[in-house]
Amino acid sequence: MTMSNNLKITVSGGFNKNGEAESLSELELHPETSLAVIGPTGSGKSEFLSDIEQSASKDTPSGRTVIIDSEGVDFACEGSGVIAQLSQKMSFIMDGTVERFLNLHAESRNKGGNGLILSTLEVANTLCGEPIRLNDPLHGLSGGQSRALMIADIALISDAPVVLIDEIENAGINKLKALSVLSSSSKLVIIATHDPLLILMADRRLIMKNGGMESVAERTESEKGILEKIKEMDRYTERVREDLRFGVYPLSSAEAVL
Amino acid sequence: MKIVTVAGTPSSGKTSVIIHAMRHFIENGKSVSAVKFDALDTMDDQIIKEKLNIPTLKGISDYICPDHFYVSNLEEVFLWGENNNSDVLVIETAGLCLRCAPHITGIMAVTIVDNLSGLDAPKKMGPGIFHTDIIVITKSDLVSQAEREVFKQRIREVNPDAEIINVNGLTGKGSLLLKRFIEGSDDIESMSERELRYSMPASLCSYCTGEVRIGKKYQSGSVEKIV
Ligand SMILES: Nc1ncnc2c1ncn2[C@@H]1O[C@H](COP(=O)(O)OP(=O)(O)OP(=O)(O)O)[C@@H](O)[C@H]1O
Ligand SMILES: [Mg+2]
Repeated sequence: MTMSNNLKITVSGGFNKNGEAESLSELELHPETSLAVIGPTGSGKSEFLSDIEQSASKDTPSGRTVIIDSEGVDFACEGSGVIAQLSQKMSFIMDGTVERFLNLHAESRNKGGNGLILSTLEVANTLCGEPIRLNDPLHGLSGGQSRALMIADIALISDAPVVLIDEIENAGINKLKALSVLSSSSKLVIIATHDPLLILMADRRLIMKNGGMESVAERTESEKGILEKIKEMDRYTERVREDLRFGVYPLSSAEAVL
Repeated sequence: MKIVTVAGTPSSGKTSVIIHAMRHFIENGKSVSAVKFDALDTMDDQIIKEKLNIPTLKGISDYICPDHFYVSNLEEVFLWGENNNSDVLVIETAGLCLRCAPHITGIMAVTIVDNLSGLDAPKKMGPGIFHTDIIVITKSDLVSQAEREVFKQRIREVNPDAEIINVNGLTGKGSLLLKRFIEGSDDIESMSERELRYSMPASLCSYCTGEVRIGKKYQSGSVEKIV
C-alpha cells in the first residue's frame, strides 16, 4: 500500500507524572524501522503506545500530541486502519479452522488467493515449535501457536503500516524471527518490552522515565556486537530447551559449550 | 445543548463508555446530565452519579417495551436536561432486542457493539447498526487484530458511513475520539416534532399488557402464527 511509503509519526512532548515537561520534546518515526520503548515498570511504556493508538492531542494523561500523516494527509482516526496491535491478552474468539480464519481475514482486506494463505501459515510455522495445520481448529492452538499465527497474519494480511506491540516476550515463540518478520514487511514496529534481545534488535530505543520520554538512542555498531552475543545465547537456550522438551537425557557435554 | 442517544446489546459496555466519554466533557468544564432507560430496575444511573457526580434520571418501563417508553418520554427528558443547564445530555437506552434502533433524526446516535459477540453480530443488529452515526466497538483489546478487522469490515458492509471507533470500557482508551465526535455534533434546540430513524416493532397483543397465560383464547390484537 502506498500510504505506508511516506508515513510519518510525530510525537510532541507533554508532561511526566510530576507534571514537568518531558525531557524529549519531539520524536519522529518512519516505516521500515523499529523502536523499542523501555523503562522500569510503571514508567509509561503502555501509556506511550496508547497515545499513538489514539492520536493523542493534548487530551491524554501525558498531554502529548501525536500526528500520524503521509505527505500532509492526516490519519488521526483509529478506524483508518493505520495501526495494528498485538498484546498478551489477545485471543481468537472465532469458531472455525485456521484456513477459514485466514480466508475471512484476507477477504475482508480484499486480498485473495491460496498463495497468501499458505505463505502466512508457512511464516507462522517458522515462529513456533509445533507446526500449525490449515485444518486445525483455531481454539485447539497452543498459546505459542496462536501468537505465531497472529504475528504472521499481521505481517502478511493486515495492511496496517504501524504495528504496536506490548510485551510479547513470554509468548513461547521465536521472538527474534517474529520481530524480523514484522519489520521486513516494511512496517514501523513499536514495541514496549523488558527483553534485552528485543531491545537490541530495534534500530532505536526510547527510554521512558516517570511517565515521560527521557531520551531516544540509536543502536551503536558496538552494540550490534552485543546483540550477536545475546542472539548466540538465545540460540543456546533454545537448543537446550528443545533437547529437554524432546526428552534428551542426559544432555551431552557438547551442550555445555556456548 | 448537545444530545446523544446510546444504544447497544445488554452488557456491551454502554454505561462504561458513557462514563469515560462524559468525563472528558466534565474535565473541560462542561455540565453533563445522564438519563438511563431500562425495563427492570437498573443501577446504572447510580453508578454514573457516583463516578461523575452529575444529575441523573432513571426511567423504568416495567411492563411496557422499554423503547416505546423511551420515545414517549423524550420531550420530558429534553426539558429535564434543559432545566439542569446541561451542555451535554446523554440518554442511555435499554439493552436492544435487535429489532430496534431508538435513534432520532438529527440527534447524535451512538450504538455500542461488543467484539466478543461473534462475527455475525453486525448483521444481526441490523437497524441498530444501520441507523446510527457512531459505532463503538468494545472489548476489542481481547481479540486478535484479524478478528478486529473482519468485525469492522462486517459493520462497514451494513453501514458504510458511520464512524467506527474502538473503546476500552475498563481503561477508557478510545473514549477521547468519541468525545470529539459528540463535541462536533449540532446543538439541539427542541425535541418535539423530531422523528425516530426507524419505526419500532408493534406492541399490540394481550401479552404486551401483562397477559401470561398460554393458549389461543388468551391472545388478542396482532398475533401471527408460525405455522
Ligand atoms: N506522562 C504521564 N502522565 C500521567 N500519567 C501517566 C503518564 N505516563 C504514564 N502514566 C500513568 O502511569 C501508569 C503506569 O504507566 P504504564 O502502564 O504506561 O507503565 P509501563 O511502563 O507500561 O509499565 P509495565 O512495565 O508494568 O508494563 C498508568 O496508569 C499511566 O496512565
Ligand atoms: Mg505496560
